[in-house]
Amino acid sequence: MSTLLQIENLKTHYTSRRGILKAVDNVSLDVKKGEFVSIVGESGCGKSTLAYSIMRLILPPGKIVGGRIVFNGVDLLKLSEEEMRKVRGKEIGMIFQDPMTSLDPLEKIGDQIAETIVEHENIDKKEALEKAAKLLESVGLPGDRVNNYPHQLSGGQRQRIMIALAMSLNPKLLIADEPTTALDVIVQEKIMDLLEELKKDGRAIILITHDFSLAATRSDRIAVMYAGWLMEYGNARSVVDEPLHPYTRGLIESVPDVWIDREIKPMPGFPPDLANPPAGCRFRPRCPLAMDKCSTEPPMVEIDGRKVKCWLYS
Amino acid sequence: MDSVIKVEHLKKYFPVQKSSLEVFLSRKLEFIKAVDDVSFEVRKGEVLAFVGESGCGKTTTGRLMVKLEEPTDGKIWFKGKDITNLKGEELRKIRRHLQIIFQDPYASLNPKMRIGEHLEDPLLIHELASKKEAKELALDMLERVGLVPAEQFYNRYPYQLSGGQRQRVAIARAMILKPEFVVADEPVSMIDVSLRASILNLLMSFKRDYHLSMIFITHDLSVAKLVGDRIAVMYLGKIVEIGKARDVIHSPAHPYTAALLSAVPSFAKKALRVEIKGDIANPRYPPPGCRYHPRCPYMEKICAEKEPELVNVGEEHYVACHKPLSLNL
Repeated sequence: MSTLLQIENLKTHYTSRRGILKAVDNVSLDVKKGEFVSIVGESGCGKSTLAYSIMRLILPPGKIVGGRIVFNGVDLLKLSEEEMRKVRGKEIGMIFQDPMTSLDPLEKIGDQIAETIVEHENIDKKEALEKAAKLLESVGLPGDRVNNYPHQLSGGQRQRIMIALAMSLNPKLLIADEPTTALDVIVQEKIMDLLEELKKDGRAIILITHDFSLAATRSDRIAVMYAGWLMEYGNARSVVDEPLHPYTRGLIESVPDVWIDREIKPMPGFPPDLANPPAGCRFRPRCPLAMDKCSTEPPMVEIDGRKVKCWLYS
Repeated sequence: MDSVIKVEHLKKYFPVQKSSLEVFLSRKLEFIKAVDDVSFEVRKGEVLAFVGESGCGKTTTGRLMVKLEEPTDGKIWFKGKDITNLKGEELRKIRRHLQIIFQDPYASLNPKMRIGEHLEDPLLIHELASKKEAKELALDMLERVGLVPAEQFYNRYPYQLSGGQRQRVAIARAMILKPEFVVADEPVSMIDVSLRASILNLLMSFKRDYHLSMIFITHDLSVAKLVGDRIAVMYLGKIVEIGKARDVIHSPAHPYTAALLSAVPSFAKKALRVEIKGDIANPRYPPPGCRYHPRCPYMEKICAEKEPELVNVGEEHYVACHKPLSLNL
């Protein structure tokens, strides 16, 4: 499959009184057409900043300070704001963690979806409303929900609306930022089924999540981020079965699993302060395998089509 | 085995808030039956994990156990003593043995109190130590929960601590009284993933060392399996299945348990796929018969008519279902 999104050496930094926070630091990542990629990591690892960077939705004091984001052959960082507006929604859709704050509480669901369609497509309001009802049906909601207000729906239903809204413009890439964090497992399962379904039309999905096992069940490839760095990237099954990076291994071993009988192993320490990260490898203070070499930044190495940023492999 | 907590036919109904017009137009009071006739016991040194979706009544059950809610009906015994209607001084005395750890470590500590005071206060209130002894015990406890150097944490305020550290304080505060029974209400759901394991292990170490009896409330079956000796699954105010953790996970008898299990993400390849229809019913108007029947793929006529009782399907394994599954996963 051909590459849809190519991120090269992306740097997104925030300026703060304590100094510069390198939230995304030299991250390179590619997503192919029709691929489901999960970006996994703890709070503050930069996974959401990475997603917002792709959409160019980073607000001051944050700034994309370097790198390239090539989408469908076009470097998004070179586009004017006007051109970028046409990419957002139309080419790359996004759904957010909290569907309540992303919907207008005072406007009917149908109007909100129709408004988006009318903005980007050359059809009138009536047609757009009909399209909205069809979209709701495609995400498993009755079409007459177009007449409801957001507060009349449950969290899971609202998240379906968000997916319908994102799908209204038929984007080639859909970024989902923790779409099921606030939802119960059964609702989560249904939302994830829906996302996987979208993949079948050749659309690519990027799922941002802290839940490694969720990523494991759904993705083609998994990217693991830690303290602004991409630590490991590769085929989901191989990353889970044979994690290369000690951080990936640590994360997997620290979570209980309903079908695997094992003790959980806590990871020592905390993620670093991004204003003052440790010298060398950012995972070094927590790493059980840290060596002398680790006081300098490890290179990104490629092994069997997998990428890993660790001195163990060079 | 001795039961530490025993509950029979426990009910908690919350009146539904209505506008005055609605009240005027209909005389009938409506209730949400958050907990609707549950019976169970927690034995000495045992963790009973309660699982279910939001709104199933698991948190209310936990709060009833430590007397933070008054039951509408039913009885609660603590070590053979009826504590259902205990009030005032008698309740205060028994509270020492019934502790709770809340979900949100940002809301459960007093922002104006130093960490040390959080731990000393319970000891002083229950007159278990002098001021000086209390400080010693507090420092020991801080060390025990991994907040070291203890002297430094003793003087800090909650805002100076991370979520994980706060939850350690909440655990320390509950444990410093050496309680016999603890309710842990989703203690790790607001903690960062890489730090959850250490909090879970800390709780389990207290369980072993103090021979604690616990109710562990969680929405996550993988956590329930890890910490629970037994698991109780709740749906719309009812216990639909209860049994040894291994049995509930590996041979779920209730279609709802099976559906929950099939929705839990896992590193292993998928073992089970059980369907569940639609959304959870409005708790104000629970469906007749089995409350789960509108969502159940195995529904039969009787399910809509008769409410199923808990029946025995194996050693210490009970299920409320007319057509229990027999699975071996």
